[in-house]
Amino acid sequence: MAGRNPGKPDSLSPPAKLRAAGPVVKIQGLSKTYTVNEQEAGAKATIRAIFHRQKTEVPAVDDITFSMMPGEIVGFLGPNGAGKTTTLKMLSGLLYPTRGNATVMGHVPWKREKTFLRQITLVMGQRNQLVWDIAPIHSFELNRVIYRIPLEDYRRILKELTELLELGPLLVKPVRNLSLGERMKCEIAAALLHRPQVVFLDEPTIGLDVTMQRRIRSFIAEYNKRFGATVLMTSHYMADVAALCRRVVVIHHGHLLFDGELALLLQKFTSHKTISIQLGECQADLNAYGEVLSCEDGRYTLRVPKAETARITERLLADLPVVDLLVEDPPIEEVIDRAFTEWNP
Amino acid sequence: MKSLLQLYLQQFKTTFATMFQYRASLVIWMIGQVLEPLVYLIVWSTVSNGNGGSIGTYTTGAFAAYFIILMLVNQFTYTWVMFDYEYRIREGYLSFALLKPVHPIHSDIADNIMSKTITLPILTVIAIGLAFAFHARLNVTPWLAVLFIPGLLLAFALRFLLEWTLAQCAFWTTRVSAINQIYFFLLLFLSGQIAPLSLLPRAVQIAAKVLPFYWTIGFPTELLLGKITVTGALIGLGVQIIWVAIAVFLVRVVWRLGVKAYAAVGQ
Repeated sequence: MAGRNPGKPDSLSPPAKLRAAGPVVKIQGLSKTYTVNEQEAGAKATIRAIFHRQKTEVPAVDDITFSMMPGEIVGFLGPNGAGKTTTLKMLSGLLYPTRGNATVMGHVPWKREKTFLRQITLVMGQRNQLVWDIAPIHSFELNRVIYRIPLEDYRRILKELTELLELGPLLVKPVRNLSLGERMKCEIAAALLHRPQVVFLDEPTIGLDVTMQRRIRSFIAEYNKRFGATVLMTSHYMADVAALCRRVVVIHHGHLLFDGELALLLQKFTSHKTISIQLGECQADLNAYGEVLSCEDGRYTLRVPKAETARITERLLADLPVVDLLVEDPPIEEVIDRAFTEWNP
Repeated sequence: MKSLLQLYLQQFKTTFATMFQYRASLVIWMIGQVLEPLVYLIVWSTVSNGNGGSIGTYTTGAFAAYFIILMLVNQFTYTWVMFDYEYRIREGYLSFALLKPVHPIHSDIADNIMSKTITLPILTVIAIGLAFAFHARLNVTPWLAVLFIPGLLLAFALRFLLEWTLAQCAFWTTRVSAINQIYFFLLLFLSGQIAPLSLLPRAVQIAAKVLPFYWTIGFPTELLLGKITVTGALIGLGVQIIWVAIAVFLVRVVWRLGVKAYAAVGQ
């Protein structure tokens, strides 16, 4: 964008103007290796460990490189232990890398400069920052003074967040009396009061029911749209990723495996499609056409190789008295799971 | 500076709200704070009475005064950060504190000031009651009473900073409770909580005064009791200032190293 219109930056639309500023998050060869004490079972090993600790180096993140443009929402995927949280912690300044560089809004995160900390946030779905014994509003007020949010701005932002997340009555209840979902909504609000430009979300919907997941999802989309914030999020729920992220970065065993559009990832790892056809009854043997997954009330579900889909569909329509036909991609979870399995070294 | 002041005021409100969530445990905790010195008071009064009404320079009435003042000084300088830190690290609260653009020590300072503002008036009333009940006698002069105030404030600053430094051991080890136990044992013995230092062997007295312990509790207590001359009090304040300076240095260095260790290992 910048290259196309270098002379007149003011004429760019707001998102284009944002992008013209270059990447917000830049990661270059980032690596993190943990040193862990190994604990073997048995009395002998325990006694030996008193004098000599067996240490092992565990690479958590290994040489990953990617960047994010302003206003992007990127899904950060990988199975448990892939290195997602470690990466998010490095990007928010909680961990030093073993090797490599990263900048977030021009700052080196692990220097933890105040100007950097004021512009970012990290939400960890399994940890909480709210003071446990008292109402969330007290923690919000504390964040107001910590982030030096002017009182008028604070009131306006709080009002917006209260509406978007439906916080109303929750604000004055002690945190320990809130349900998991209610607490998560308050956690997110507390983390966003200072309007961070870069938002790191680590499993923001973990353990929540479908309705609550959907609400948080639409809130993240709305926050991103309204404030042009850049969001990097991990989630085990593919619905989150599918709804929010056009682009995904996939890591596995600390290695970066894929960086691109979600649609491309799916295309790459979708080797099969399912074809559902409605026939009169479940009497026919359709194994010649593809793997029969099920048949109920005459509705067959077949699994066929992606490349063969058109040919098999044609044959089915020609050979059988088909009342109805539907071609579908397999569920996204299945595809991602397959991707991880295939990549397993 | 203004924003730091606002932070303190807000933390005061937070602490106030938290403390009133747990009124019953607050009362139980305060009873504990009274009971410990009360036990020592009764033991020493009994020993003193059996010894013809005094031990060393302490009469029975002086023992009563000593332990009652000590109760208030201990309450004023007490912190719980050493018990709290491991939990903060384990539960991830410290990560959230590190994400914020202010040093987490500020909320601890404010938290301590507020909780003491709530508990001290109650304990003072109890102390006055005990002073009458046990016929406490003290020899305070106006000068010493004036010097007691900076002595008490410096004692709090010193104890707070030392304990904040020690609390950071949690960055390196998960066996913090063992360290806490050693520290609190030494404090009990060397700060004058078990007995006035002047009644303990000379070697112990020297150790207590060379180390920071005496200056966190024993010194302000003896000052208000009138057991120290004005010159001695001024020298003591000087020692306290030196220790506070050392403690400030320690907090800064250990914090920097601790965060580095934390950021290297992660939690």
